[in-house]
Amino acid sequence: MKTKAEVVIIGGGVNGCGLAYNLSKQGVDTVLLESHYLSSGATGRCGAGIRQQWSTKENALLAIQSVKMFETLSKELDYDIELRQGGYMIAIHDEEGMREAEENVSLQKSLGLDVDIITTDEMVDIAPLLDPENIPAIGATFCPTDGHANPFKTTFAYGQAARKNGAEINTHTTVTDIKTKGKKIVAVKTDRGTIKTDTVVNCAGINSKEIAALCDISLPNYGLRKEIIATERLQPLFEAMIISFKDGIYFSQQDHGQIVGGIPVSETQTTCSSMPTTQFVKHMAQTLIRYAPRLKDINMLRHWTGFYDVTPDARPILGAVDELPGFIQCNGFSGHGFMLSPITTKMLTELIVSEKTNEVLESLNLRRFESGDFESETYVCG
Amino acid sequence: MKKSIVCRCEDITEEDVLCAIREGYTDLEELRKKLRLGMGPCQGRCCMPLVKRLLQKETGKAAIPDDSLHKARPPVVPIPLSSLASEDKKQKEEEDS
Repeated sequence: MKTKAEVVIIGGGVNGCGLAYNLSKQGVDTVLLESHYLSSGATGRCGAGIRQQWSTKENALLAIQSVKMFETLSKELDYDIELRQGGYMIAIHDEEGMREAEENVSLQKSLGLDVDIITTDEMVDIAPLLDPENIPAIGATFCPTDGHANPFKTTFAYGQAARKNGAEINTHTTVTDIKTKGKKIVAVKTDRGTIKTDTVVNCAGINSKEIAALCDISLPNYGLRKEIIATERLQPLFEAMIISFKDGIYFSQQDHGQIVGGIPVSETQTTCSSMPTTQFVKHMAQTLIRYAPRLKDINMLRHWTGFYDVTPDARPILGAVDELPGFIQCNGFSGHGFMLSPITTKMLTELIVSEKTNEVLESLNLRRFESGDFESETYVCG
Repeated sequence: MKKSIVCRCEDITEEDVLCAIREGYTDLEELRKKLRLGMGPCQGRCCMPLVKRLLQKETGKAAIPDDSLHKARPPVVPIPLSSLASEDKKQKEEEDS
């Protein structure tokens, strides 16, 4: 393991690996430290969706730019990340939901997104297994360029490309301390040795709060436990991701044919067990059948658990910490780290390499929680 | 020999596993995620012990402990969504009485 680096990245999820790729591409001497294996945290357990429909301008802008990058990423990294753009359909359940959808669609359109409100007939055209009357839904918003990709492969692709560029990626390496001197970072200590550096990026997902505490920085992040089920493989039935913010459900059919989805059950969100809860499985099965009654005879095959790294406004914390400028945050994605990763890692690379910042990065700085100047993202599900 | 199926759920051969190991996927979980090992109905109960042996042999790693194998989780066998969605009879009887 190297004993010196220009930048040390903590966390080998999609954001850590994306950042290692972008930094090493710019010639920055980069070391990534991951306590388990690449994609072992939230990245490898996520729903794989890529969505551009948001209620806040910052998230929408980040997502729109990320999708443009996802579209060319397989070619850029020379690794098929299995991107498929089948659209996201967000169910609208009542008049109030319709008014909210109209407002958000007009915000998203103003940012250049191809998104529209569709009728229940159009919902069925796009996803024939849906039963809008049974949901019940009065319409939906639909963005055809939303979709999903393979989170493992995206992470591995970034990791492989970063290694080719000369970045050092150390898995099964645990950070034990971050040494500081005044307002500067001097070294990162691990169970395999010490690395001298003045710049550390905290991409540790659910462990970000713990990592920040090593250099006395307090993050407001907290973990929320989430469960997902996967069904047996089916013939291709629909391409869109179906979601509802009211019910909290999301589900899609993946490339391999299985239907994968989740729904929040509040009393199961604060435990640590990786085992399925009957409350979740039952609620998910009931809701899925309500949306798509024809799925009732389909078998559930598997289940897994992951954690959202959540912030008070459900938006990520990005950029340098005022009290310790060499300590860069890239966490708190609140369940959306995968879909936002291409652009956030690119922006943070520009910040690290050329100190170039922008309006979105500034508005997502940690300091917003101190000043109280923030707007919460309401388009959250799962 | 190399065409032997290692994972019957996802049709993965010994050769697929060896290629991935040589590409640098030398962690059981990374192999699982790269190849979809254990993502079928058996959840890895058949393939993962074989993959573990291949990994040990190929990398010369010391014995990989059994507890590093992916933990099988319910359901042990596939279950229809309608069964999972049905009300618990016993619980319902208790509520009714």
